[in-house]
Amino acid sequence: MSNSVSASSGVGLNFGRIAGRVLVLGTLALFVLYFLAPLFVMITTSLKSMPEIRAGNIISLPRDPSFEAWRVAWQEACVGVECPGIRGFYKNTFLMVIPAVTVSTLLGAINGFALTKYRFTGHRLVFGLFMFGCFIPHQAIILPMARALGMMDLSGSLWGLALVHTVYGIPFTTMFFRNYYISIPQELVKAARVDGAGFFRIFWSIMLPISAPIIIVSVIWQFTNIWNDFLFGASFTYGANAPIMVALNNIVNTSTGERPYNVHMAAAIMAALPTLVIYVLAGRYFVRGLVAGSVKG
Amino acid sequence: MAADASKTRTGGAGTYSLKRYLGDSISIIVLSPSFVVLAVAVYGFMGWSGMVSLTSSKLIPVHDFIGFDQYVTLWSTDRWHVAVRNLAIFAPLFIGLSTALGLVLAIFLDQKIRAENVIRSIYLYPMAISFIVTGTAWKWILNPGLGVEKLLVDWGFEGARFDWIVDPQMAVFTLVIAAVWQSTGFAMAIFLAGLRSIDGEVVKAARIDGAGLVRIYWSIILPMLRPVFLTVVVILMYQAVRSFDLVVALTGGGPGYSSDLPANFMYQTAFSRNRMGLAAASAMMILMTIAAVMIPYIYSELRQEARHEQ
Repeated sequence: MSNSVSASSGVGLNFGRIAGRVLVLGTLALFVLYFLAPLFVMITTSLKSMPEIRAGNIISLPRDPSFEAWRVAWQEACVGVECPGIRGFYKNTFLMVIPAVTVSTLLGAINGFALTKYRFTGHRLVFGLFMFGCFIPHQAIILPMARALGMMDLSGSLWGLALVHTVYGIPFTTMFFRNYYISIPQELVKAARVDGAGFFRIFWSIMLPISAPIIIVSVIWQFTNIWNDFLFGASFTYGANAPIMVALNNIVNTSTGERPYNVHMAAAIMAALPTLVIYVLAGRYFVRGLVAGSVKG
Repeated sequence: MAADASKTRTGGAGTYSLKRYLGDSISIIVLSPSFVVLAVAVYGFMGWSGMVSLTSSKLIPVHDFIGFDQYVTLWSTDRWHVAVRNLAIFAPLFIGLSTALGLVLAIFLDQKIRAENVIRSIYLYPMAISFIVTGTAWKWILNPGLGVEKLLVDWGFEGARFDWIVDPQMAVFTLVIAAVWQSTGFAMAIFLAGLRSIDGEVVKAARIDGAGLVRIYWSIILPMLRPVFLTVVVILMYQAVRSFDLVVALTGGGPGYSSDLPANFMYQTAFSRNRMGLAAASAMMILMTIAAVMIPYIYSELRQEARHEQ
């Protein structure tokens, strides 16, 4: 991806005619507006007061922008009868995401190394089994997982949720590292083996130092997926242990009196903020993960 | 050089055999924890769901064997029929629109556009956002009282109506609108990567032969992108069949259960109505649909790779 980001390919034919150019630029611009519109509406709505929301329309600019709705969403948005705001759920999600991302990335790295540099008969079948693990519909495993968590006494806890995310993240991280290591010349490892270096030594001092790009890809991918998860959070946690997306959905669906749309929008923006920030800072790696997650590296 | 040296050394000395044996099995040892976890939590659990689907389990699993009764019940449940019908509307529209728009945007972006990086980032940012956030935003935009409908009225289109989200016939189409918004950028990114990997010489040759631009795209570039099409469609199909969060956040499956998808049916049946056997049967239907698409796909990807290595 890195070379494709900067340079235009030879395919980039100049539409000679001005009409063609106008069509291309016009279409691109139109879709820029289409993709930005919901974000624009969310931000402006979150800065308005409820009377102004009722009086105006969704694209009108706030007359008197205020962060009051943001404060309410953070500190006192209601989930059912309780009104704790989203801050507690925010902290929950970070506490759960960090170990899940770390452990799954480490395991993925070592699995990817083993699958490419110390090959054994059937390595491709094993990888195929891992790969299908990326694409299982989670509906097919939530019932037994709920029971397994119960047996391990982890029902409804953040640790249980972190464990679930770690387990179902391993296929992805293994795939990322495997597809990255496969392009590293075998000779590098062979030479080190001749010199007497063992598996872990080679992994630690030869492979890991050249793995920075794929580590970033894996961390971003896992963080984004786990942060954005809803199904596992809704199935395996309840009450104050809920992760952010479950909390957001509960806030939006809590109806006591008039719905505070400005607070809903503020909460939604705050829920999306961590992954958006990562996307803005490291979009290149995010795209690489997307591409690697769907086609081989 | 190094490879040769290793061959002579290990081949020559018998004392190396134990070390060599360990060296080869170390990867199996290292992989086994993950593999055991995978075997239990993916394959074992899928098997467990499959077994439960053959029992009369309700709130807790029981181990009677009642054959395929749950599947018979499933296919005679109106709510499941609605969910399947909705998927039959949602999936083709979502996949078709995302693929077509993604392709057009990728081709247009590949025309030496100066602001390409910025534009591409804007097209793709929805992929970084949760479906719950997307659903919340679109629910507000599609709100009949205060959203787009009101905007149209304010603009002078008196009596304008855009209330799909509360219309049982139309609610499923709001899912398409939001899902296409979310996933078009993904299709665009994959197509763009595909376009960038095409050898420019082929195209140059065609131009020298006097082929027009549309013709070059239609009869040279698009056929070369066939594997990319496959990737995009397979991944989008996978997304469509497992769609769950978006329905919860955007329509809540409503009005009534008119916009439920199979994944929502499964969740409701399992956790709200406590009919575990029936829920497992519906999960098996979802699993089989996805497996029918993904297993051949993964198999062909890996076989292709094996052929390249030889």
